Amino acid sequence: MNKVFLIIQREYLSRVKKKSFLILTFLVPSLFIGMYAAIFFIYKNSDNTAKKFNVIDESGIFEGRFKNQSNVTFNYSKDSYELAKKDARNHKDLFILYIAKDFKQTGNVEVIAEKKPGISLLSDIENQMEDIQRTDKLLAAGIDTAVLNNAKAKININAKQLTDEGEKDASIGATYVVGFLSAFLIYLSLFIYGAQVMRGIIEEKTSRIVEVIVSSVKPFQLMLGKILGIGAVGLTQFLLWIILSTGISTIGANAFMNQREIKIEQKDTKNNNKIEVTPEKGGVAKQFFKAADTINFPFIIGTFLFYFLGGYLLYSALFAAVGSAVDNETETQQFMFPITLPLIFTFILGMNVIVNNPDSNLSFWLSIIPFTSPIAMMIRIPFGVPAWQLALSIVLLVGGFIFTTWVASRIYRVGILMHGKKITYKELAKWFTYKE
Amino acid sequence: MLSIRNIVKEYAKHRALDDVSMEIERGTIFGLLGPNGAGKTSLIRIINQITAPDSGEIYFNGEKLNQNHISKIGYLPEERGLYKKMEIGEQMLYLARLKGLSRADATARIKYWFEKMEMQSWWKKKVEDLSKGMQQKVQFVATVLHEPELIILDEPFSGFDPVNAEVIKNEILELNQKGSTIIFSTHRMESVEELCKHIALIHKSHKILDGSVKSIKNSYRNNTFHIGVNQSIEQFNLQTADVLATKTNDDEGVTHTLKLKDGYGANALLQELIPLTELNYLQEVIPSINEIFIKTVKE
Repeated sequence: MNKVFLIIQREYLSRVKKKSFLILTFLVPSLFIGMYAAIFFIYKNSDNTAKKFNVIDESGIFEGRFKNQSNVTFNYSKDSYELAKKDARNHKDLFILYIAKDFKQTGNVEVIAEKKPGISLLSDIENQMEDIQRTDKLLAAGIDTAVLNNAKAKININAKQLTDEGEKDASIGATYVVGFLSAFLIYLSLFIYGAQVMRGIIEEKTSRIVEVIVSSVKPFQLMLGKILGIGAVGLTQFLLWIILSTGISTIGANAFMNQREIKIEQKDTKNNNKIEVTPEKGGVAKQFFKAADTINFPFIIGTFLFYFLGGYLLYSALFAAVGSAVDNETETQQFMFPITLPLIFTFILGMNVIVNNPDSNLSFWLSIIPFTSPIAMMIRIPFGVPAWQLALSIVLLVGGFIFTTWVASRIYRVGILMHGKKITYKELAKWFTYKE
Repeated sequence: MLSIRNIVKEYAKHRALDDVSMEIERGTIFGLLGPNGAGKTSLIRIINQITAPDSGEIYFNGEKLNQNHISKIGYLPEERGLYKKMEIGEQMLYLARLKGLSRADATARIKYWFEKMEMQSWWKKKVEDLSKGMQQKVQFVATVLHEPELIILDEPFSGFDPVNAEVIKNEILELNQKGSTIIFSTHRMESVEELCKHIALIHKSHKILDGSVKSIKNSYRNNTFHIGVNQSIEQFNLQTADVLATKTNDDEGVTHTLKLKDGYGANALLQELIPLTELNYLQEVIPSINEIFIKTVKE
């Protein structure tokens, strides 16, 4: 065991000391933070300045009937079209809504302003006008106002999740993102670290140091040491990512939130008119964090680390077997396909089926079978998985990697000493059956 | 020291070693010879416990070979290499510690050897910065660093220039004098005659020859002599010997190769020759290991 530890140590240190490790460690969290920053930036710069509309209604239908919105106010003026145009040139935040006399026939409305109005603003006005017209027409058809008011139903779905601690807001969006992200990270890291194991073994084989080493340790110890060492590198990387990302993004988010509140206060005092901005806008950011709060992060990180390790051990053993069988990386192609297939297959199914239906039969089986469970289960976990299913999946995954490690080690011990021979599947099967 | 008993090793359809036995005495330099593919490497790998035999046993100092013996064996494989990107010193330390040395012991011994082999400045260098010969030197040192009782060298001189080959040869002899037993696998027969006390010849999975170099050579004497004479003696019908070959050389006269007939010795031959011709020399033909090797392999 002491020797395995020495091998782990070498594999670990030789990789962690590399520049590329350091770069990757800092690059990924900065990408995350960049993403956060971009989202906030978009929120921040979204059009939330107060807008004034001067409505010139020559048709007389809409007079006094527009409803003020949080950041949109309507005034009605009797100015002429030409005068209004001039006015608009002088006031930057002023929009002229011109409704011509022949509106009933043409349905044409103009918005005149120095600035371009946003799409959401226009559609809001469109909706209001359609609403008003519909009401008029219904009234003309003899429908009672009371009935009309009753018919307006507002629907707001609020998904709640029943847990031991009582009801919780189930934030489907955040659940989806967390599931997707962790599954994607596992998918990616299985490839990255699995390939590292394979490349390391090919390097030892082609540089011919392997025979020197297996005269000191058993081939199985060498393989195990390499797999565990590189796995430790992966874990270190993930832990650093988690620490860096949460650390920096918490600091960043706090700073950002404080800054925002101050700004809003300033605006309110300056304008001195009561525009209800704060609950709406501050609410989005708060909602975002509130949604994130409903997700049990320690649990997800815990299961994530387990499924990463389990999946990594299972697949890296197979990668190790492939590495031992070939003389260089170009020869790995033919053996890589059956290894990568279940991963890609699960990932695609996961994105399309499991996310939409996390409790279906297919989702269940994919999250139980060891070859697919690391990805499938990570998608399901944020939605909530029965404890027995989780336990079964974990037990099978542990069994799965013990099995693949055993199979791989039987191929590995023969493969590392074979040179200059093109290997077929038949050959691999033969190696597998060799005695010690 | 090492007792190899009835080793059989089979691969899918091919029997690499068939009932091979040999005894290797403590303190000897043992030459393991054989053409390519004879099974030498298979046997060496079994001794190193890299693979296990299908049947048969190996005893190390009277104990059945087990994991504890790994640290007592040093192995320099024919196909050898080092980690290209790792510093030499660190690499040596790693290899020595894998053999069970403590960090402190390993460091001290590496320093000793680096000084001895004049490679002090290599500690921080990477393998890819060294020449092939330098790498071989590093590898040799790594093999003997843990002061193994048994050192197995597979083609140790390949890749060395004559100067460094001499250095390594002297190191091997010194290690042997200090008590290490050495198994030496090679095709270079002149180094076998120079170094080995015992040899075993493996051919087509079988051991076909085994013994001390002296006794093997003696057993291959077949009463053949070279004689140098002024004039050819072919016209005489010798009673004591048959003429196998004749070589005429203008300056030095004639050289004959003679084989004694049954029942006659060298003295009888001399007595018959002296009256007939002017004899310059008489020398018994003792086959070189190389000749024995080729002869036995061809048989």
